[in-house]
Amino acid sequence: MHSRKKTLRIFWSILALTLFCFLINFPKQLPLKIHLGPINWEHTFYRPQLNLKLGNNILKNNFDLKYGLDLAGGSSLIFDIDTSNRNSQELTQALESLKTNIERRINLFGVSETNVRIDKIQSQHRLQVDLPGIENTADAIDLIGTTAQLGFFGVINDQQFTQATSSAEFLSSIKDTGLNGSHLKNSSVQINPNNSKPEVSLEFNDEGSKLFAQATKDYLNQKIVIFLDNRILTAPTVQTVITEGKASISGDFTSQSAKELSIQLNAGSLPLPLKLVQQSQIGATLGQNSLNKGIFAGIVGLIVVALFMVANYGKLGLIANISLIIYSLITLTLYRLIPVTLTFPGIVGFILSVGMAVDSNILIFERIKEESRRGKDWNMAMETAFGRAWDSIKDANTCTIITGFILFNPFNWSFLSTSGMIRGFAVTLILGIFVSIFTGVYVTRNLLRVFAKEKK
Amino acid sequence: MNVMKLRPLFFTISAFLLLASLLSIIFWKFKPSIDFTGGSLWEVNIPQYSSEKTDQIFSSNNLELKETTPLGNNNYSLKFADINPDQKGKLDQTLKEIYPDSKEQKFQTLGPILGRELLQKTITAVILTSIFLFLFIGRRFRDLSFGAGAVLAMLHDTFILIGSFSLLGHFFGAEIDSLFVTALLTTLSSSVHDTIVTFDRIRELRRQSYQKDWVALANQAVTETLTRSINNSMTIIFMLLSLVLLGGSTTRWFAAALLIGVVSGTYSSIGVAIPLVLFFKNRRQK
Repeated sequence: MHSRKKTLRIFWSILALTLFCFLINFPKQLPLKIHLGPINWEHTFYRPQLNLKLGNNILKNNFDLKYGLDLAGGSSLIFDIDTSNRNSQELTQALESLKTNIERRINLFGVSETNVRIDKIQSQHRLQVDLPGIENTADAIDLIGTTAQLGFFGVINDQQFTQATSSAEFLSSIKDTGLNGSHLKNSSVQINPNNSKPEVSLEFNDEGSKLFAQATKDYLNQKIVIFLDNRILTAPTVQTVITEGKASISGDFTSQSAKELSIQLNAGSLPLPLKLVQQSQIGATLGQNSLNKGIFAGIVGLIVVALFMVANYGKLGLIANISLIIYSLITLTLYRLIPVTLTFPGIVGFILSVGMAVDSNILIFERIKEESRRGKDWNMAMETAFGRAWDSIKDANTCTIITGFILFNPFNWSFLSTSGMIRGFAVTLILGIFVSIFTGVYVTRNLLRVFAKEKK
Repeated sequence: MNVMKLRPLFFTISAFLLLASLLSIIFWKFKPSIDFTGGSLWEVNIPQYSSEKTDQIFSSNNLELKETTPLGNNNYSLKFADINPDQKGKLDQTLKEIYPDSKEQKFQTLGPILGRELLQKTITAVILTSIFLFLFIGRRFRDLSFGAGAVLAMLHDTFILIGSFSLLGHFFGAEIDSLFVTALLTTLSSSVHDTIVTFDRIRELRRQSYQKDWVALANQAVTETLTRSINNSMTIIFMLLSLVLLGGSTTRWFAAALLIGVVSGTYSSIGVAIPLVLFFKNRRQK
C-alpha cells in the first residue's frame, strides 16, 4: 500500500505539470479587463517564452503550434533528380550540395520554415520542397528548378557565330574561357542608368578575376557569350580589358527575373538537373477552414465522450475526464516543444488517441466494478484492477506502437511510404499512446487514491 | 453468456460481408484519386459558374476536363491530366479572363509513377505489420494460434473496409486517396488493439483455472469484457462521428473510413478472432 504522504507528493507533481502545460498552451496574449463599480483592473497576460543561453547556443522557442501545408496553406513541389552521368562517389556529394544550394535559394528568397528533403525510391532520387505560405508556385518552380549553370565563352569566329544555324557550327564558333558560376563571389541586381533596365551584376573571386581579365584580353573587341543553362543570356562585345573582376549582365530582364537569377547565382548553381513531377498548392483559406472545422468537431466529440463517461461511471467518470484534460494539455505541450508539425491526418491521429486514452480508463473502471462485485473493499478493488488491467493495456498499446512505427518509417526505408501526411498521422498517434498510458494509468490512479480516501 | 454458440452466425455474417466486398471490388472496382492514377486536381471558387464557360477554359488550352464535382459554397473540383508549370500558368490566365472573380483554393498535379509507388508501399506496410503483429502476439500469448487469429481478424477488417469503399465509391463517389491509405493502416492497429483485450482475459482466466475447455474460457472472457469493448468503441465512434458530421468535406471520407474500421474491428474481435483461435485449438487437439 502506498503511503498517504507519497500519494500527495505525486498529486502535487501532477498538478504542477498540468499548470506548466497550461501556461505553455496559453494564448500568446490575453487582455483581461475587469470593470466592477469602483474597481478598474486591466492586465494583459502573455505566454512565457523560452530564451536560454547555453554557452554559444541560444535556445529559443516561442511555443507556437506549427501547421502543415494542408492547414496553413502553401505549396509543395516534388522534382525527379537526374543522376545519370554520375558515379556513386560523386553522387553523394552532388546531392548534398544540391540540397544546401536549394535551401540557400529559398532562404535568400525570404521564405521561412521550408522543408527540403531528398528521398531515394528504388533507383530514383527525388527532391521534395515544402513552401508554407507561398501560393504563387510558378515563381517558386522557376526559382528552385533552374540549375543556373553560368558559362562564359569567347567567340572565335564572329561570322560563323552570327550565321550559325546548326549546333555543330555554332559550337565550333565559340571557345570556353574556363570561367563559370563557381568563380562568383557575389551577385546583385542593379539598374542601368542609361536605359533604366535591371541588370545582374557579377563580382568574381581572385581566380575568377584572373580568368576574366585573361578572357577580356583575349577577346578584346570581340564578343563574349554568357550562357545560362545552355541558353544565351547576352553576347556583349568586349570594350576594354577588365582586371578588377566585376561585370554586369544586361539580358532581357524584368526586375523579378533579375532578382531570381541573382539569388540563383548567389546560392550556387545546381549540380544536378531537376524535373518537376508533382506540384500541389493549398490556399490559406481552405486550410484555415479545415482546421477550424476539425477543431470544432474535436471539441464536440470530446464533450460527448466526457458526458458518456460521467453517465456510465459517475464520479469515476469525472476523474477520467480530469485525466483526459491533463492528457490533452500534455499532448499539446509536446506538439509545441518538439515541435510537431500538425497536419490534418495528425489532428485525426490526436482524436483517435483520445479514444485510446479513454480506453485505458474504461478497462480499469470495468475491472474495479468486477473486483467490487467479488466483495473486495473499494481501495483493494481499485489497486487490483490497476494491476490486472495493466497487462492488456501494455500489450494492446504495444501493437498500436508497432503499427505506428511502420507508418512513421523512422529509417526511411524506400519500400515504405515517406509521405508527410502518413508520417504526421503516425507521430501524433505514437505520442498520443505514450501520453495516454501515463495519464490513463498513472494520473488516474493517483487522482483516485487522493479522492477515494475522502469518500470514506 | 454463451456467445460462442453463435459461431455459425458470425461465420455467416463475415462470409457475407467478405463476399459482398469481393463482388463489389470485382464489378464496381474503385474510384481512385489522382494520388493513385496521376493527373491534376484543381479546386476553384467560382461565384458565377457555368459548365460551358468552364469547358471553354480547358478546350482553349487543349486540355480535356475529365470530371467536375461541386463542393458547395461555389467551390468546384476539376480534374484533368497532369500538366507542366507552363500549362498551369496559361490555365491560370484563362481562368482569370473567363471568371474574373474566381479564386484558386487548391491545385495538385502528379505523374502516374508516384501513384503506383503509393499502392506498392501500402501493400508492403500491410504485409510488414501483419508479420510483426503475428510474431509479437504469438510470443506474448505463447501460442501462435492467438497471433494468427488476431492477424486474420485484422485482415478481415481491412478487406471489408476496402470493399465498403468500393461500394461507397460506386454510389456516393468516395475516392481512394492517400488519406484512405492512412485510415486503412490505422484500422490495422485499432482492430488488433481491441482483440488483445479479449485475448488477455482468456490468458488470465487460463492461469487461474488450468483444465477449463477453450470454448468455456472464451465465453467467460467475452462476457466479462463485452461492456468495456462496447463502451470503448462508443467513445471512439463519438469522436469519429463528430468528424464525419462536422469535419468538412476534406476529411469526411477519411473519418468515415476510420469509423468503418473501428466498427468492424470491434465486431471481429469477438466474431472472427476468438472463433478462429478456437478453430485452431480444436484442430490441434484432434
